[in-house]
Amino acid sequence: MSLRGRTAIAGLGITEQGKVYGRTPLAFAAEAVRLALDDAGLTRADVDGLLVNPGLSWGDLGMASFQLQQAMGLRDLRLTSSMNSGGATAASMIQYAALAIASGQCRAVACVFSDAPLKPPRPAGEAKGGGGSAGAYAFGRGLDAAYGQFGVNAMYAMVAQRHMHRYGTTNEHLGAIAVAERQWANRNPAAQFHDTPMTLADYHRSRWVVEPFHLFDCCLVSNGGLAVIVTSAERARDLRRPPVYLLGMGQGHPGGDPVETLTSGAPLAKEAAFAMAGVALADIDVAELYDCYTFTVLVTLEDYGFCAKGEGGPFVAGGGIAPGGALPVNTGGGQLSAFYMWGMTPISEAVIQLRGDGGARQVADARVALVSGNGGILSTHATLVLATQC
Amino acid sequence: MSTPAAGKPIPAITPEMRPFFEGARRHELRVQRCRGCGALRFPARALCSACLSTDSEWIAVSGRGEIYSFNVMHQVYHPGFAAEVPYTVVLVQLAEGPRMISNLVGIDAHAVRVGMPVRVVFETLSDEVTLPKFTPA
Ligand SMILES: [Zn+2]
Repeated sequence: MSLRGRTAIAGLGITEQGKVYGRTPLAFAAEAVRLALDDAGLTRADVDGLLVNPGLSWGDLGMASFQLQQAMGLRDLRLTSSMNSGGATAASMIQYAALAIASGQCRAVACVFSDAPLKPPRPAGEAKGGGGSAGAYAFGRGLDAAYGQFGVNAMYAMVAQRHMHRYGTTNEHLGAIAVAERQWANRNPAAQFHDTPMTLADYHRSRWVVEPFHLFDCCLVSNGGLAVIVTSAERARDLRRPPVYLLGMGQGHPGGDPVETLTSGAPLAKEAAFAMAGVALADIDVAELYDCYTFTVLVTLEDYGFCAKGEGGPFVAGGGIAPGGALPVNTGGGQLSAFYMWGMTPISEAVIQLRGDGGARQVADARVALVSGNGGILSTHATLVLATQC
Repeated sequence: MSTPAAGKPIPAITPEMRPFFEGARRHELRVQRCRGCGALRFPARALCSACLSTDSEWIAVSGRGEIYSFNVMHQVYHPGFAAEVPYTVVLVQLAEGPRMISNLVGIDAHAVRVGMPVRVVFETLSDEVTLPKFTPA
């Protein structure tokens, strides 16, 4: 039996985002769930499922869901887990929640991500660390460290450089994505870069982090929490806000070497999601794509087939994904210019657009949204097709 | 991995990687070869992802290859590299198959190109650790 249209997102909770200090990830998570319940018109007693994607700063990752259950006084859950498949986790959590609801195991599942990796700025004169981008995370050990290869930025940069070599992709292309997302952020009061415009020249002037990535190729680091409530379509229709129906879903985890394939798990995930939803690319009104880097957006556009493989650069160069373009992408400013809640950022923006809550950035007649999550080094992928009707 | 004061990180010689470091000390670049199917792999792994055999040996390769990809690090992630930024990290496609992360020496960071032929050179870090690096061939 198809899950198409049988479940819906009924509640959305977004805490304050960005340089918000003094709160623990647990506190952010609890606040996000409370906001999502208020939004849906539900109470704690209605929640019988809880899925948690703990960010980097949680600490004891394995018990995050239990910690949150205790902190919120949630009783008699029928489903709970802490989950991690990188940036695909958020969309995956929605999928597991939908499975639990459609099969009758649960009636309302809260899915939440939170993190608080940003620390307050140190006094002037003191040495500054990381540098404000995802580069703050210094992974790397053993031989890689001996060669100076640290962090996720560096690994994605290797993939991007190979894409540039093979397909002629340039920093002009990557910059077009950064600029487009900033233009969307300038229309979103909740975006960290709401008040800061960016031109292509600004992009080129921004410092290099790891060539071929400028600072503005890399996603933000944000403190905050974000939660959604998934319930049955029937029940969602009786709740406070318009249901955002889950039409289709899929995952794809290719397992190859991304530097060689230059391809994400999107093709596999899309196949299942679009078949379930009964949609084609032409039906997509807004695309909310996982953007840990500008480059990830480029590859994802190729892998869903919005353009041919290798043609992502020319596809974005003309402003086609910016406000007024043919394909609105990351309409809230995305994780590059709004806030980085791993894959929860694109999900939240799809809900906002499909409810018509986008204000100055609202895309007219947005009825079907594509949402992607991507994790690892193009290693994990999850797709949601969300819609105003089923 | 240990970090001498103000120096670069020196990789720990793990049991799995010991044959690699022993080879490097003698200026021999080694990779792992599966005794089940003959596939080469690097860095060391407990089992072959091609045939799942856990039986393997280390063999010397030519040290020749080409740049498969690269990046130029501008951000300082470790104080040992502070004086060198921007520096280049390369992904070398060895002639025999496996790819390895390394550094390119004897060339300006911005002169590196994908497809550039390279050969291995060795840099002694300590009595125990010699690090294979690459230079334009
Ligand atoms: Zn084998």
